[in-house]
Amino acid sequence: MKGFNRRQTALALLLFALALLCAVTVAGVALADQAMVTDFSRKNLAPCGQFLFGTDWMGRDMLSRTLTGLSLSIRIGLLTAAVSAAIALLLGAGSALLGGWADGVISWVIDLVMGIPHILLVMLISLAFGKGFTGVVAGVALSHWTSLARVVRGEVLQLKGAPYILTAQKLGLSRMAVLRRHMLPHLLPQFLTGLVLLFPHAILHEASVTFLGFGLPPEQPAIGVILSESMGYLTTGKWWLAVFPGLALVGVVLLFALLGDQLRRLLDPASVHE
Amino acid sequence: MSLEAKHISFRYRKKGTVLEDISLTVEPGERVGLAGPSGRGKTTLCKLLAGYQRPAKGQVLLDGKPLGEYRGLCPVQMIWQHPETAVDPLLRLKDSVHEAGPVDQSLLDAFHIQPGWLERYPAELSGGELQRFCIARALAPGVKYLLCDEVTAMLDPITQAQIWNVLLEAAQARRLGLLIVSHDSALLERLCTRIQPL
Amino acid sequence: MEPVLEVKDLSISFTQYQGGTRCRVLPVIRRLSLTIEAGQVVAVVGSSGSGKSLLAHGILGILPYNSHMEGELRYRGEPLTPRRAERLRGREIVLVPQGVTYLDPLMKVGPQLRGGRRDVQAKRQSREVLARYGLGPETEERYPFELSGGMARRVLIATAAAQSPRLLIADEPTPGLDARAAGRILGHFQEIAQQGAGVLLITHDLELALTIAQKVAVFYAGETVEEAAAEDFAAGRLRHPYTNALWNALPQNGFTPIPGSQPWPGEEGSGCPFAPRCPRRSAACAGDIPWRIVNGGQVRCLYPEGGEKP
Repeated sequence: MKGFNRRQTALALLLFALALLCAVTVAGVALADQAMVTDFSRKNLAPCGQFLFGTDWMGRDMLSRTLTGLSLSIRIGLLTAAVSAAIALLLGAGSALLGGWADGVISWVIDLVMGIPHILLVMLISLAFGKGFTGVVAGVALSHWTSLARVVRGEVLQLKGAPYILTAQKLGLSRMAVLRRHMLPHLLPQFLTGLVLLFPHAILHEASVTFLGFGLPPEQPAIGVILSESMGYLTTGKWWLAVFPGLALVGVVLLFALLGDQLRRLLDPASVHE
Repeated sequence: MSLEAKHISFRYRKKGTVLEDISLTVEPGERVGLAGPSGRGKTTLCKLLAGYQRPAKGQVLLDGKPLGEYRGLCPVQMIWQHPETAVDPLLRLKDSVHEAGPVDQSLLDAFHIQPGWLERYPAELSGGELQRFCIARALAPGVKYLLCDEVTAMLDPITQAQIWNVLLEAAQARRLGLLIVSHDSALLERLCTRIQPL
Repeated sequence: MEPVLEVKDLSISFTQYQGGTRCRVLPVIRRLSLTIEAGQVVAVVGSSGSGKSLLAHGILGILPYNSHMEGELRYRGEPLTPRRAERLRGREIVLVPQGVTYLDPLMKVGPQLRGGRRDVQAKRQSREVLARYGLGPETEERYPFELSGGMARRVLIATAAAQSPRLLIADEPTPGLDARAAGRILGHFQEIAQQGAGVLLITHDLELALTIAQKVAVFYAGETVEEAAAEDFAAGRLRHPYTNALWNALPQNGFTPIPGSQPWPGEEGSGCPFAPRCPRRSAACAGDIPWRIVNGGQVRCLYPEGGEKP
């Protein structure tokens, strides 16, 4: 057997991305206190052996701050993606199963939400919920469910008309049994992949609204806060304040995208034999 | 207890009328062949008789009672032309075949269903193999009528002959009513007690 | 004159995953040989799951990514590489596919038939082609989902015939069509052949194949077991026991089934794949079975009917 086949590679990549993201999350939580320590004797240090990402104008270690920020982003991402996905499942499946006017109303809401630019919607909802943690979570969660809801709706509609589901009903299976035996197993892979692919969006939008000042409060070491604060110091040549946290954020987003892609490759029936 | 279609009409939203005032009765033990050129709504008629769709006008009655009033296992079962769409692709065949309750081993044997097939997923079997499962499943106790929509059109003659031999035997033993749709007039003449043009 | 298509010792196999991450190679077509002359209709007859659709895909160079092809393909005397096939397909080599899903679901029938051309002449041509297949001009304005199964099939055939091809490959073109419509379609294939094209008709329907084919190759579990002239069937000059069983199972010829079922790809064992169901088998059938000529046709059997008895 030569090397690894594609599935094994996919599985390895998936585990790698997952392990790295877990490590970042845990490290961020462990370093939370260290990220707040100010020490003016070591302020504005460029990256060096002791401070890999350098320090800021209050002498705080940028590595700890970045990791803490990422960790916070990932946790907010998880929470919002989970809430979003739950809404998507409920509305998508409800829309397809109820049909009629319920389908009409839900589809209209989906179109409406999709029609408003994401970032604007997140900002507005966050403002309405009083900014801060609740604001960001509500904003991101309430704006990201639409595309997944459409996928779920389409999938359920297709399943509803599938001969094997029609036959199962005629063979005397109850609605619940049909749902459990024949619908859930088909929805789950789509749903899981959609859920994972929601993360990067959620994280990016959380960071963006925070950066713009409509999200997390300035005392939180969130990536958005770090980036927006460092903007003021960029012109004085302290590039490391923005570059490393920014790159780290991109890295995390890419890791999630990788995770979602590999998951899809493993679960999607269309690429089973790839 | 006869299966009756009384003056039924049906139309798809765009295509216009497919069926217009059709009446048809199938008695127990009878094998009615349905012949007619493609596009005349033979499959649609099967779906109406099986209760998958409701006629715009007219009624489908089983034993004088509207088919929609039967709960649980429907006494009228349709067998689809493409068996690969009629079994859940994510379930092993042993789960699919026992959907309406356990199926007699003797029936599985009669259909030449090898024990190893039960452990397989639908994608691993050919259409001919899957169709045997679909028919065995539809022959659940309590089923009185089978609507066979081109069930062997995609199969080779040997498999076709195998399947129909078993199906006819079961139908005779249980006095099932059969509605058989096929484009193959030689097949219909072999199988049916009477042939109704559509 | 050289043949339109020559297939020599063609084998196609698949890489498949089973149970998670394990991989295996599955031979689907083995040692297939076939020749199609210009003006000839050659039918490949076999049951579903015998791998005959893959033959068409192999010739057209559109096999799925996880497959592997070996052997020799020659089109009009020159090797048919996937690149050459790509250039020729849709023009000189056309496919009438099995599934109606090959139609673009988002395009009306008319534009699909005209392949992007919009001039008046193209419009007239497409109407003519539709009319030839018994479809009214209103069909042009319909989307594929609005067609019945039979109509969609006729549209597929019309699309292929509109190109005046040299080699037409028809993969299961008639199921779902009533006898008259099927006969008419096959008549059109015959017409295309008479204009000098080679026609490869891949089907499970032996009876229909016999109405137009000059030569029939019988396919069983990935192997050609017999290549016979069409008139051999009715004349009772069949050689392979499987071909005989096939003939006797037709509704008009006795409707007699034989027990058992076709083995799966990868599970045929060695030797003749039909041996487990064969009334004439012997221990030697597990060995290598060469092609041989019996009564003017080719057969891959040690004890062919009409040959010496076992």
